[in-house]
Amino acid sequence: MMIITRRTFVKAAAASGAALVLPAAAPGAPPAPVMRAVPSSGEMLPAVGLGTWITFNVGDDPVLRDECAEVIAAFFAAGGRMIDSSPMYGSSQPVIGYGLEKLGRPEALFSAEKVWTSSAGDGPAQIKQSRRFWGVPRFDLVQVHNLVAWETHLETLFAMKADGRIRYVGITTSEGRRHDLFEQIMRAHPLDFVQLTYNVVDREAEERLLPLAAERGMAVIVNRPFQQGALTRQLQGETLPDWAAEIGAGTWAQFILKFILSHPSVTVAIPATTRVDHVRENVMAATGPLPDAAMRERMAAYVRDL
Amino acid sequence: MSEWWTYRLEDFLLFSPRVYWRMFELNNAASWPLHLLTLAAGLALVVLVLRRPRRHGFWIALVLAALFAFVGWSFLRSRYAAINWAIAYVAPAFGLQALLLAIGGAARGGLAFDRRDIAGRLGLLIAVVGLVAYPLLPPLFGRPWSSAEVFGIAPDPTAITTLGVLLAASGGLVPLLFAIPLLWLLLSGLTLHAMGDPQAWLPLLAAAITVAALALRRIAR
Ligand SMILES: NC(=O)c1ccc[n+]([C@@H]2O[C@H](COP(=O)([O-])OP(=O)(O)OC[C@H]3O[C@@H](n4cnc5c(N)ncnc54)[C@H](OP(=O)(O)O)[C@@H]3O)[C@@H](O)[C@H]2O)c1
Repeated sequence: MMIITRRTFVKAAAASGAALVLPAAAPGAPPAPVMRAVPSSGEMLPAVGLGTWITFNVGDDPVLRDECAEVIAAFFAAGGRMIDSSPMYGSSQPVIGYGLEKLGRPEALFSAEKVWTSSAGDGPAQIKQSRRFWGVPRFDLVQVHNLVAWETHLETLFAMKADGRIRYVGITTSEGRRHDLFEQIMRAHPLDFVQLTYNVVDREAEERLLPLAAERGMAVIVNRPFQQGALTRQLQGETLPDWAAEIGAGTWAQFILKFILSHPSVTVAIPATTRVDHVRENVMAATGPLPDAAMRERMAAYVRDL
Repeated sequence: MSEWWTYRLEDFLLFSPRVYWRMFELNNAASWPLHLLTLAAGLALVVLVLRRPRRHGFWIALVLAALFAFVGWSFLRSRYAAINWAIAYVAPAFGLQALLLAIGGAARGGLAFDRRDIAGRLGLLIAVVGLVAYPLLPPLFGRPWSSAEVFGIAPDPTAITTLGVLLAASGGLVPLLFAIPLLWLLLSGLTLHAMGDPQAWLPLLAAAITVAALALRRIAR
């Protein structure tokens, strides 16, 4: 007998090209986040994910580990799926593993990991170690972190994908670094995902990388949506314009996320947080209306002029 | 690293200040009441330097070696490395320092703590600061007492008091013994600075005063 989970249902619906009809939400349940297709497979993903840089690096601290597990629980409860991490993030990987175990290994998880080692031969061993930390049989996505030793790692990842040991291959950069090389790799290799920095003030990616991702059929993960919190802190004291209500943004964080998600090339934004209320707020940003092109320019201009 | 000039110090910080200071709280809770023993050992060091009984060099080096090995293992390797992978490479340096101290202490005529010049006396002052002032810092910086950094338990006061004691030392190995504690304080100060912590200047100042004292001594010669 095949047990139909929400995940297999969504996948099947996407694969068959059927209109996406989710089972009716229970009364009082939060509205489901907007779904975006991974161009290379058609798989649908909720447009807000969860980053883990700094926020989940809590070591062996039992209190903070439980707090992280609560953030993960609230993330899944709100309808989130993608969690992003890296071997670079200290104890974040085992902390994710702890949270997933505590939650009974949620089926909804879409695991986005990275390979990050300059000695290219160590890639497979590092991915194996990362899998142990997460406690998952395989990763959905493995990305070459910051293009470190990218040539060999990409070979490894494409071979793993061919063997069914991972589902998708990607590369990452952040804060506008190495966009030239990033573009070259995007042009030369059949990547499923690219990850880069994009938000209402860091808009360099709009010039070449975002259009290229659409052209090449690559999913885009947006990192540092809040500039690691600098942007949300800076905007904290400013009043949100009245017209933010028109796009359903109740906070600055939602304002920024809605700006990001309304770019047609963007698949998932992955804000990181230590707080349950913030993770809910962030996933909720993917519900309700999104700004159109004119509204996007108005948003960018407003923030620029503050 | 590519495009290294686009990186700031903060970009290398892997953890939040909250996680950092809670690490001291957890470590203190786990190692209590060893603090009493390490503080007593620290005071004994100062008395040994002042009184200089027979074989004082051996005993001072032995105590410092034991504490470096202990802090390197119990704090750096077993705790700090969990949130900062770079520390896994630093912890062995504390082991090396322990080894150097042990060699210095065991070697015939290896270490004597007999310098009473200005640098030597300044050293004793630094040693006492590391012992007495460091554990008293938390309320000054708005942290709970439970996050106190104690000599022989936490790395910064251990390094500071060690440098102070070493300023009173003579012997062939002595110049070598300064390197690791100094580099540690530099690393720790930069980390605190990247965290935006007002305490950052303390380890840096202790290192700077030590270097200045060594330079002064050189000039005076
Ligand atoms: N090269 C790469 O591959 C690369 C580079 C950078 C980042 N990334 C990935 O991208 C993820 C996101 O980037 P990031 O962590 O650098 O920064 P970010 O998501 O832009 O910002 C995180 C900060 O925003 C705050 N925040 C989150 N939600 C908020 C809300 N609703 N309201 C107000 N503040 C909020 C958080 O504080 P609170 O804890 O108080 O909520 C946290 O300090 C990373 O975690 C990582 O997974 C990848």
